[in-house]
Amino acid sequence: MSTRALPLYVTIGIFLLAYGVFWLQFPNILSTRVVGNLLTDNAYLGIVAVGMTLVILGGGIDLSVGSVIAFSGVFIAVMLRDTGLHPLAVFAALLALTTAFGAGMGFLIDRLAMPAFIVTLAGMFLARGAAYILSIDSVPIQHPFYDALQGAYWLMPGKGRLTGIGVVMVLTFALGMIVAHKTRFGASVYALGGGEAAARLMGVRQGRTTVLVYAFSGAMAGLSGIVFSIYTGSGYSLATVGTELTAIAAVVIGGTLLSGGAGYMFGTLVGVLTMGLIQTYIVFDGSLSSWWTKIVVGILLLAFILLQKGLLKLSQMRLAKGAP
Amino acid sequence: MLLSIRSLTKTFPGTLALDGVDFDLRAGEVHALLGENGAGKSTLIKCLTGAYRRDGGTVTLDGAPIDPQSTAHAQELGIGTVYQEVNLLPNLTVAQNLMFGREPRRFGLIQTRAMRAQARAMLAEYGLSLDVDRDLGTYSVAIRQIIAIARAVALSGKVLILDEPTASLDAAEVRMVFDVVRSLRERGLGIVFVSHFLDQVFDLTDRVTVLRNGRKIVTEDTANLDRVRLIEHMLGRELEDATAHPVMARGPRPPMLEFRGMGRRGVIEPFDLAVGQGEVVGLAGLLGSGRTESAELLFGLRNAHSGTARDQKGPLDLSSPRAAIAAGFGLVPEERKTDGIVADLSVRENIILGLQARAGWARPLSRGEQNRLADDYIARLDIRTSGRDKRVGELSGGNQQKVVLARWLAMNPRFLILDEPTRGIDVGAHAEILRLIHELVEGGMSLLVISSEIDELIAVSDRVIVLRDRRHVAELTGEEIAPNRIMGAIAATERAA
Repeated sequence: MSTRALPLYVTIGIFLLAYGVFWLQFPNILSTRVVGNLLTDNAYLGIVAVGMTLVILGGGIDLSVGSVIAFSGVFIAVMLRDTGLHPLAVFAALLALTTAFGAGMGFLIDRLAMPAFIVTLAGMFLARGAAYILSIDSVPIQHPFYDALQGAYWLMPGKGRLTGIGVVMVLTFALGMIVAHKTRFGASVYALGGGEAAARLMGVRQGRTTVLVYAFSGAMAGLSGIVFSIYTGSGYSLATVGTELTAIAAVVIGGTLLSGGAGYMFGTLVGVLTMGLIQTYIVFDGSLSSWWTKIVVGILLLAFILLQKGLLKLSQMRLAKGAP
Repeated sequence: MLLSIRSLTKTFPGTLALDGVDFDLRAGEVHALLGENGAGKSTLIKCLTGAYRRDGGTVTLDGAPIDPQSTAHAQELGIGTVYQEVNLLPNLTVAQNLMFGREPRRFGLIQTRAMRAQARAMLAEYGLSLDVDRDLGTYSVAIRQIIAIARAVALSGKVLILDEPTASLDAAEVRMVFDVVRSLRERGLGIVFVSHFLDQVFDLTDRVTVLRNGRKIVTEDTANLDRVRLIEHMLGRELEDATAHPVMARGPRPPMLEFRGMGRRGVIEPFDLAVGQGEVVGLAGLLGSGRTESAELLFGLRNAHSGTARDQKGPLDLSSPRAAIAAGFGLVPEERKTDGIVADLSVRENIILGLQARAGWARPLSRGEQNRLADDYIARLDIRTSGRDKRVGELSGGNQQKVVLARWLAMNPRFLILDEPTRGIDVGAHAEILRLIHELVEGGMSLLVISSEIDELIAVSDRVIVLRDRRHVAELTGEEIAPNRIMGAIAATERAA
C-alpha cells in the first residue's frame, strides 16, 4: 500500500472514531443541527486553512492570515459605517487588497530569497497595525444586506441550519481541491514543496508560483475575514489573534506534511472539522473547561508529527530493503 | 552531425573554464565526455543546457545555430539532461513526474486518467511496467533514473546528456540503465555520457572526448583507446603506480583498539572489530549493507545499543563524536558537501575547525598559528587553491576532500575512519588520496576505510571486512583479499534474495 494517502486515512479515521465515541455518549451529536453548527462555527477557519494548505504544500508558511482576517473585519465595518458603498463593492475592494498584500509578500519571499516565516511575520504585524489605525474599538456592522447574509440558511431535515457561510466554506474547499489537485499551478506548488532545485529543473516557474500561492492565501484570508464579519456582525482589530496558528494546526492534523510537498486539501477540511468536533463535545459535556480543546489539539498535532516521521522512516526502510 | 560545437569559450572571474573547445555529437552515438574535476566538463554541459551562457564560439544543432538561455529553452530546442541526483520530485507520483508541465487538460483541469495512460505508455517504451500512481520516492534510484531519462527524451528528443547517471547505482542497476541508453541510441538520439567510471565508458560508449584544463585533448573511437592511454589523456602525465598496488602484506600489527558486540537495533547487528596500530581495515559491501552505519557507531554519531570499546589502557567512551574525538578518533564522512566541509568558510578556517573545537573557544589559535597550519597542510596535501583564504565551496571535490583530511590530520588522531574517501573526485586526486593513506599508515595511524570500489579496498587494506544486510559477514586477510573473494562474500546475499 502506498504511504502517500495514509495520513489522510488516519485523519478521517480519527474524525469518525471521535464522532462515534461522542455519539455513544450524546446521541444528539449526530443531528443535522450539530453538523450545521460545525460548518457555520468553523467557516472562517476552514476558508483560511484552504489558503494555508496550499502555502504549506508549497513549502512555505503564512503567519499573516490571522491579522488579515481582523483587518478585513475592521475594514468592512469602517467602510460600511463611513461610506455609502454597498457591501459587495466593499468585499471586492477588500479581496483585491488582501490578494495584492499576499502577492506582495510572495514577491518579497521570492525576490529577496527571504524565509517566508520572516516576511509573513512582518505582514502579520503590518495587517494588525493597519487594523488598529482604522479603529481601536469594535465597530458594529449595520446594513440590511448584512442582515440578509446573516439570516441566509437552508433548513436541513432534522431542523439543522445550513448557513450561507457554511456553504461558502464547503465551496471554498471544493475550489481548493480543484486548484491543488487538478491544475498545473497546483502541481507546481507540490513540486516546489518537494524540492526547489528539482522543481526548477522540471520547468516550474518558481517566482510566479510563489507569488500566486501567497496571493491565493491572501485572498482566502480576505474571504475568511468577510465570513468572520458576517459571523460576528462586527469588525474588531483584536479579533482572531493566533488564528494563523490554529489554521496551521488544522492543516497538519489534516495530514499535510509541514515541510511541504505532501498532503490533501480534503484532509484539511477533516482537520478543521475534527478541531470543531472537540469543541462541540466540550460544549455538550458542559463540565469540561474549554481549554481542553487546546490540549487535545496539541496532542493530535504531536501525534500527527510522529505519524509523519514514522511513515518517512517506514518508506526509507522499505527502500533500503530493495523495493523495485 | 547532430550537434556541433566550435571554439566554445567560457570565462569566470580569474579562470578560463573553457578555451576554444570543439565537440561533435552524431545521431545514434553514445559519446563519453571525460576529464578530471575542473577540466571543464560541467561547464561545457551547463553551456549546452542553458545554465550558463557561453562567451564565445558556436553551437549548432541539426545545422541551425542555437543559444540556449535556460534549462527550459534547451529542452525546447531538443537537449535534455539527466543529472546524478535531483532530477525529479520524490513526493509526486511517477505519472506526475513524467507528465509534469505537459499534463493533458480539459477546460484547464488536468485529466488524471489520460495522464496515467500516457505515463504508462511512455514507460512501456522502456519495458517498464510500474504503478504510476505511486510516489516516485518509493522506487529505487535506478528506476528513478530511467524515469528521468524517459522524461528528458519525451521533452527533448534529440540530444540526451547523462551527467554521472550511475554514480549511486549498483552493478545490476547500471546494466538496467545502460540497456535503456542503448535502446535510445538505436532510436537515433545523440547521447553525451559523463562518468568517472572508466569501465562504464568502455562498456557503453562509441567515442570519447577528453577535456583537460578547459581544452579539448582528444576525440577518439572508444574501440581504439586503451585504458592507460585514456588515463594519460585525462591526467596529462604518466600515470604513476599509485592506483595499482601490491597487497600490503605487512604482517600482524600490534593491537590497539578493540570493539566488542557493537550494535544498534534496526541499524547494524552487533559486531566485533579489532584494529591494530598502523593497520588499514577495509569495509566492503553494497549500499545500505551497514558500512556507514558501522562507522557512525564507532564514532559516536549514533549511539550503540550494545557493545564496548577499549584500547590497551582501558574502556573508551564513544557516546558522542566529541567523546570519540577525545579518544583520538576521526571521521571523514561520505557526504562531503553536507557533512564534511563548511562551504562558506575559508580553507584555513576549515582546516583549523577541529583543532579549535577541541581546544575550546576560550583558547583561540592565534592567526599566525592558523596561517602556519593552513599553509603547512596546503603544501603537504597539495591542496590546489589560490590561497588559504579562499572559500572551500569554490574548490573542486578532490581538493575539498583534502581539506577535510587536513582538518583531521591537524588533530593527529590515532584512528581515522574514511567513508568513501574518493567518491566523486577525479582520477588524479584519487591516486593522491590513496598515496596519502599509505603515508598515514606508515606513520602509525590506524584507518578504517569504507569504499564501494573493490580495487581501492584491495589497494589499501590489510584486512577487509564484508558486510551484508547490516551484518559483518566475513573477514578476509592476506591472500584472501581479492576481487572474487570479496564479491563472493557480498554476493551471497543476492542468491538468498
